[in-house]
Amino acid sequence: MSSIPVSHPVRTVEWHLPSKRRVGMAALIVGESAIFTIFVVAYVFYMGKSLSGPTPAQVLEVPILATICLLSSSLTILRAEKAIEADRMRSFTVWLGATIALGTAFLTGTAFEWKKLIYQDGLTVSTNLFGTTFYSLVGLHATHVVVGLSLLTSIFIFSLCGWVDSRQSERFGVVALYWHFVDAVWIVVFTVVYLIGR
Amino acid sequence: MSVYPLPVSQVIDASTSASERGTFLEKLHGWVVTVDHKRLGVLYILYSTFFLLVAGAEALMIRIQLAYPHNHVLSAQVYNRFFTMHGTTMVFMVGMPFLFGFANYIVPLQIGARDMAFPRLNALSFWLTAFGGFLLYYSFLGGAGLYGMGNAPDVGWFAYAPLTERSFSPGHATDYWALALIVSGFGTLGTAINIIATIVSMRCKGMTLMRMPLFTWLLLIVSMLTLVTITPLTAAQFMLLIDRYLGGHFFDTQAGGSSLIWIHFFWIFGHPEVYVLVLPAFAIANEIIPVFCRKAIFGYPAMVAASVCIMFVSLSVWAHHMFTVGMTSVSNAFFTLSTMLVGVPTGIKIFNWIATLWGGRIRFTTPMLFCIGFLFQFLIAGLTGIMLSVSPWDWQLHNSYFVIAHFHYVLVGAIVFCIFAGIYYWYPKATGRLMSETLGKWHFWLFVIGFHITFDTMHFLGLLGMPRSIYTYQPDRGWNFLNLVVSVGGLIQGIAVLIFAYNFIVSYWRGEVAGDDPWDAWTLEWTTSSPPPVYNFEEEPEVHSRRPLWDLKHPDDPDWEYES
Repeated sequence: MSSIPVSHPVRTVEWHLPSKRRVGMAALIVGESAIFTIFVVAYVFYMGKSLSGPTPAQVLEVPILATICLLSSSLTILRAEKAIEADRMRSFTVWLGATIALGTAFLTGTAFEWKKLIYQDGLTVSTNLFGTTFYSLVGLHATHVVVGLSLLTSIFIFSLCGWVDSRQSERFGVVALYWHFVDAVWIVVFTVVYLIGR
Repeated sequence: MSVYPLPVSQVIDASTSASERGTFLEKLHGWVVTVDHKRLGVLYILYSTFFLLVAGAEALMIRIQLAYPHNHVLSAQVYNRFFTMHGTTMVFMVGMPFLFGFANYIVPLQIGARDMAFPRLNALSFWLTAFGGFLLYYSFLGGAGLYGMGNAPDVGWFAYAPLTERSFSPGHATDYWALALIVSGFGTLGTAINIIATIVSMRCKGMTLMRMPLFTWLLLIVSMLTLVTITPLTAAQFMLLIDRYLGGHFFDTQAGGSSLIWIHFFWIFGHPEVYVLVLPAFAIANEIIPVFCRKAIFGYPAMVAASVCIMFVSLSVWAHHMFTVGMTSVSNAFFTLSTMLVGVPTGIKIFNWIATLWGGRIRFTTPMLFCIGFLFQFLIAGLTGIMLSVSPWDWQLHNSYFVIAHFHYVLVGAIVFCIFAGIYYWYPKATGRLMSETLGKWHFWLFVIGFHITFDTMHFLGLLGMPRSIYTYQPDRGWNFLNLVVSVGGLIQGIAVLIFAYNFIVSYWRGEVAGDDPWDAWTLEWTTSSPPPVYNFEEEPEVHSRRPLWDLKHPDDPDWEYES
C-alpha cells in the first residue's frame, strides 16, 4: 500500500507555480482577442465600401463621456482590488459599486447612441455594410461589458451579504483582469470606429 | 511483461471505487455528472469513436457512389450532404475530441496531478462538444423544418460564401452547421484553457518545463494554438448568422460584401487547425516510439523548439489554400515560402524520430507498427505538401483529387494512425486489460494496405484531372478503373476499422490483464494502478528527470545524473 517513493535525497527543489485561475483567464483573454481581431479586421476591410448611406461621418458622434466612464472604471476596480487584498471590505464594496455604476453609465450611453442611430438616422444591421459591421463590433464589445457587469454585480450582492473577504481576493483579481481586458478592447474599438473610421 | 517489481501506488480502499458499486442507472448517472478527468477522457474517446464510425460510413457511401461512372446510389444533393457531413464530422467530432480525450486522460497523469485545473469547466466543455455533434446530426431530421425527409448541410465543410447566404441556402441546414460548430467551438475553447492552466499550474514537484514528457509539451503548444485558431471560425460563423438572421451584409456580394473575406477567415482557422490535429499525433508518437525501441527520445530540446516553431509558422500559411482565387504575386510568393518554411521544423522531427529508432531494440507491437506507418506516410504527406505549396503547381491541381489525396495522407495516414497507436498504447492504462495483439495486427495490416490502395491511387486520379466534390463522371474520362480501386481500398479500411471496433469492445472483458506497467515505460502515468484510482496518486510524486519511472527502476543509473 505504499505510494511511489519518487523522492530522491539529491536535491530539494523550491516549487512555485503560477495561479491556475490567472493562467486560465489569461488564456481566455488570448482567445477572446482573436475573436475581436476578426471583427475589427472585418470593420476595417469594409470601411467606406457601403453601397448606400448613411456613412459614419454623417451619423456617428464620438462618445467621449461614455469612454471616460468605461476607462475610469478600470481605476476604480483597481482600488477595489487593493481594498480586498488589505481586507478593507467597506472600501471594497464602495469601489466595486462605483465600477458597476461607471460600467452601467457606459452601457446607457451606448443605448442612447443606438436609439438615435436606429430611430433618427434609420441605420440598422441590414441597412448597409457600415450598419452590419458597426453593430456587430460595438455590440460584441457591449456583450462583454454586460457579462462583466453581471459578474461584478453578483460579487457586489455577495459583498453586501457579507460573504466576501480577503480570502477571495485572488478570485476577484481574475474577474478584475477580465474587466481590464474589456476596457482595453474598448480603446481599440473606439480608435477604429470613432477616430479612424469616421 | 514487466520484469521489475514496481513500487506502485495502490487504491487506498478498493471497495469505494465508483465503478464497483451501484445499479446500472446509478453508474450511468455517475458518468453523466462526473468531473473526473479520466472519465471525461474516456467519454471523449467513446464519443469520437462513435462519430468515426458514422463519418467512415459516410465516406464509404461516397466511395460506393463513385465506384462506377453514372452510378445512382446517391443523388447529387445527398452526395453533397454526405461529403459536407463527412468532412465536418471528421474534423470537429472525431479529430479534435479524440485528441482532447487523450489530453484529458493522460496530461494530469503525466504531470503528477490529481485532476485538471478546472474539473467542472472540463465537464462543461465535454458536454458542449457533445451537444454540438448531436445538434449537427439532428439536421438530418430537422434541417428542412417540417417538410418530411429533412436534410443536412450541403455547402462543403469550408462553407464558402455566398453559397451559405440565405438566398442560396434556404432552410435551416446551414444554420445547423454554424450553430453546431459554434457550440462545440466553445467546448474546445474551454478544454484548451483548461489544458493550459493544468500544465502551467498543476505540475508536480520537480517537473520543470524541460522535464515534461513531450506529449504534455505538445499538448500545451496545441492548446495555445487552439486559442487563436478556433476563435476566428467562431467569429466568422457569428457573422454568417448575422447575415442569415438579421439581414447583415458581411458576405452578401449583392450589397458590397465580400466572399473573399470568408475564405480568408475560414482558412485563418482552417490551416492552423491542421496543426491542431497533427501536433497531438506527433505527441502520441513521441511517447510510443522511445518506449518500443528502448531508447530515450533523440533531441528532446530540438523537438520542443521545432513544435514551438510549427505553432508560430502555421499561423502564417493559410492563404496557400487560396492560390487560385487571384491574389497578388507578392502574396503568392509569401505563402509559398512560408508553407515551405513550415516543412523545416517538421523535417527536424522526422529526423529525430528516425534517430530514436536508430540502434534501438525495436519491439513491433501494434502501437509501434502504427507509429512506423505514421512516420512513412507523414513523410510522403509532407512531400506532396511541399509540391502543392508551389503556387504554379497548385494552379494545376487545386481542387483535384491530388489535393484530396494529400490531406487524407495527413489526416488518415498520420493522425488516424497515431490515434490508433495511442488507443492500443493507453487502453491497458484506462481499462486494466490489453487489447488483443492478434486482432491488432490484422487491424494494422488491413488498414495500411487499404489506406495505400485508396490514397496512393487518388494521387493519380488527381493528376488525370478528376476534380473533387463531383457526384459522378463520364465513362470516357479514363478514371473508371482507378475509381474502382479507390473504392475497394476504402472497403478494406472499413473492414479493418470494424476489426478494431470489435477488439476495442471485446478486450474490455476478455483482454489479457495488463498490470500497472505493461510496456515497461518511463512516464508517471505508468506508476499508478490500471485503471488509476479517482485521485490518481496517493502521494504527490516528485520527479528529477524526464523519465521518472526509469529512475525508479534503475536507481544505480538514473537519468538525472545526465540531464542538466
